Amino acid sequence: MATFKDFRNKNKPNWCPGCGDFSVQAAIQRAAANIGLEPEELVVVSGIGCSGRISGYINAYGFHGVHGRALPLAQGVKMANKDLTVIASGGDGDGFAIGMGHTIHAIRRNMNITYIVMDNQIYGLTKGQTSPRSDAGFVTKSTPEGAIESSVNVMELALASGATFLAQSFSSDVKELTTLIEQGIEHDGFSFINVFSPCVTYNKVNTYEWFKQKLVKLSSFEHYDSTNRADAMRVLLEHNSLVTGLIYQNKAKKSYQEYIQGYDSNPLSQAKLTLSKDEFNKLIEEFK
Amino acid sequence: MMKTQLSWKVGGQQGEGIESTGEIFSMAMNRLGYYLYGYRHFSSRIKGGHTNNKIRVSTEKIRSITDDLDILVAFDQETIDVNASELHNEGFILADSKFTPTKPDEVKATLFAIPFSEIAKELGNPVMKNMVALGATASLLQLDAEAFRDVVQGIFGRKGESVVKQNMQAIKEGTDFLHSQIPVSYKSMKLASADGYARMFMIGNDAIALGFLAGGCRFMAAYPITPASEIMEYLIKKLPEFGGTVIQTEDEIAAATMAIGANYGGVRTITASAGPGLSLMMESIGLAGMTETPLVIVDTQRGGPSTGLPTKQEQSDLLAMIYGTHGEIPKVVIAPSTVEEAFHDAVEALNVADEYQCPVILLSDLQLSLGKQSVEPLDYRNVSIRRGKLNTNKEAENGSEYNGKRYQVTSDGVSERVLPGTKNGVFHVTGVEHNEHGKPSESASNRVAQMDKRLRKLSHLIDTYPTPIYMNRTCDEADVLLIGFNSTRGALEEVQVQLQQDGYCVNHAHIRLIHPFPTSHLVPLLQAANKVIVVENNATGQLASIIKMNAGFHEKIESITKYDGTPFLPRALYHACKELL
Repeated sequence: MATFKDFRNKNKPNWCPGCGDFSVQAAIQRAAANIGLEPEELVVVSGIGCSGRISGYINAYGFHGVHGRALPLAQGVKMANKDLTVIASGGDGDGFAIGMGHTIHAIRRNMNITYIVMDNQIYGLTKGQTSPRSDAGFVTKSTPEGAIESSVNVMELALASGATFLAQSFSSDVKELTTLIEQGIEHDGFSFINVFSPCVTYNKVNTYEWFKQKLVKLSSFEHYDSTNRADAMRVLLEHNSLVTGLIYQNKAKKSYQEYIQGYDSNPLSQAKLTLSKDEFNKLIEEFK
Repeated sequence: MMKTQLSWKVGGQQGEGIESTGEIFSMAMNRLGYYLYGYRHFSSRIKGGHTNNKIRVSTEKIRSITDDLDILVAFDQETIDVNASELHNEGFILADSKFTPTKPDEVKATLFAIPFSEIAKELGNPVMKNMVALGATASLLQLDAEAFRDVVQGIFGRKGESVVKQNMQAIKEGTDFLHSQIPVSYKSMKLASADGYARMFMIGNDAIALGFLAGGCRFMAAYPITPASEIMEYLIKKLPEFGGTVIQTEDEIAAATMAIGANYGGVRTITASAGPGLSLMMESIGLAGMTETPLVIVDTQRGGPSTGLPTKQEQSDLLAMIYGTHGEIPKVVIAPSTVEEAFHDAVEALNVADEYQCPVILLSDLQLSLGKQSVEPLDYRNVSIRRGKLNTNKEAENGSEYNGKRYQVTSDGVSERVLPGTKNGVFHVTGVEHNEHGKPSESASNRVAQMDKRLRKLSHLIDTYPTPIYMNRTCDEADVLLIGFNSTRGALEEVQVQLQQDGYCVNHAHIRLIHPFPTSHLVPLLQAANKVIVVENNATGQLASIIKMNAGFHEKIESITKYDGTPFLPRALYHACKELL
């Protein structure tokens, strides 16, 4: 059985020392080993940005795509081979700016994949511009007078869009994050995990220290029912979404592929490509 | 003398069954063994606005509508006002008496006002006015109303025998009414009988979709758009019977990237769209080129730019399809010109994408995609499935040459591809320039090695693609060589014959493999022509530019372009060619 080390490769990440993404990478590798995956059973699809490089740092099948499109790529992979475990990943710009349309639709489509966003509230790779997750007033190269737009509240949005698995975590809390990724992979449906992953170079506001002070763990609540959607929305509103843990899970709804009429029980990648003479002739007759 | 050809048109307001009237007429004629070719004039709205369906019926194979018209069936005055000028002097207008039809003074065709609506209403359903009109048509053609029974049964059978009976009665009363009106001397529209062989009757989009199904496509991701949606609709109906499915995505970017993901995962996957969708897919096309992932995209061209003329004919995406996406990638553009070619090219597009591991654009145009026509039998024995260097073993050999080198530099530029899930096969792909292992690399020497590897992949395609150019070479030294692509084939064939009757020596070439351009195949024809006329449905002569760029012969090449949203008609094109000779 594969261990954590089997999901490592020799590629040295090009992230800055102290970047939160290192811990996210480690958590994915640990979670994959913990649930008993082999490297060839995992596909990591990523977007563009610092975090998008993650697909190259994990010993698994990896697809580093184009900006904002990790989710449709990942859903395509899952459609081709439902036996694979598919993780889509990227940054907040990737998922909530250029790729926001796909995020909403992937949530409501509810395909059985896991989406992990490394949310640093800034554009790092392009050297420090505002992100849709930056708070109003945030000063960056592109917002020298402070951001005018308000931050997009992705947790509320995801819940409103019909998310069946919604979690949030903090890169410093690898233990919690690993558990959430395991739960996400095992969830039969679309699992969305937003991870605060601080940018130590360009974001001097939302720092490790800032998050430590602001974030509240749902596990510290005496009674929190993650199966209750109304409670989930309430806790997000009350804490301005600065909570970590499993926010909401709907186990009753099946994943997209289970609803497809006629869908092959074997992976489509193994489908028979030829038609029999009778099958072809029947198709032809319909046009007469 | 009996007619061997008929040009028939039905027109009215969109949403009042004009299309289905044409459909029922065509299907009945098709089953009698006539060859048909249809053209739909429609607007980008659901109800209202003038629409018409023009159908040519012939005892011989045809691939174009005609300039003129024998019979016009009109459900409103606008239909007469807009279309009557096409009627020749011996033609007929069959119009609903409900709107007290009149014809323009200069139109010499005979107008019959027939109570389509009234008869239908009396029979119990005003919608059946279309059937009464078909009956009147049958009367002019001296066609037994029974010729429609099979089709009517097929369409209305599930609604019950009484509905079938009612509709047949409507047809019969339409026939009887006109019989009582026409003097015997008018009966000049009798068609010579056909061979009685019922051919397939389909639009290009049907053939493309059927080709994909036969070629092993088991998944499609697409976003609805005119004139491509029929491909998606057919596969939505059929793929479940073969274990596959279609996802209607949130946009064309998702459609293209989902298709890339699925092809990477190992299932033959396609997407289809038109100009606006292709514009959105350009970045994805580059991703498929860079990651060397097979990807087949159909572009059903329509009037551009921007939203342009969404329901009208044009061939103006050509250069965008050849060059679209930033940077330089190997890409294939295939343009079938008949429904039969559309079927086979759909199969080949899948094969070429797998064999060369690159994006393939299957280029169609609105007239080919939506024009319904009689089709000669398609033979499944001509369908082969070739997946190139795809290794479908469940386990990659340890210590083999592959060793995760997804982008191994090879002499033909194509590398072994294993599928995700393969034990010991793990590899990484990226749109970033990368080394043989798929690891990002900015090294200058690696860059050149990988670029060269990718760009040499298509060097053999021109010599292996079946019939890269359709040629009808009738003479060694031609006065004129006619060249076109996609749906202009039929009009050019007829112009060729007409010019030959005038004593000209005429050759015809229709470019099927657009990119890489089959220069070596075309040059002998160019050399053997005094003049070359390139005919295309765009304003700037894009195909002519491509020919000049690849083959030269600038001094011989002249263009006939048309960008008013309508297809070329044989007679008008003949006159345009004559002016250049």
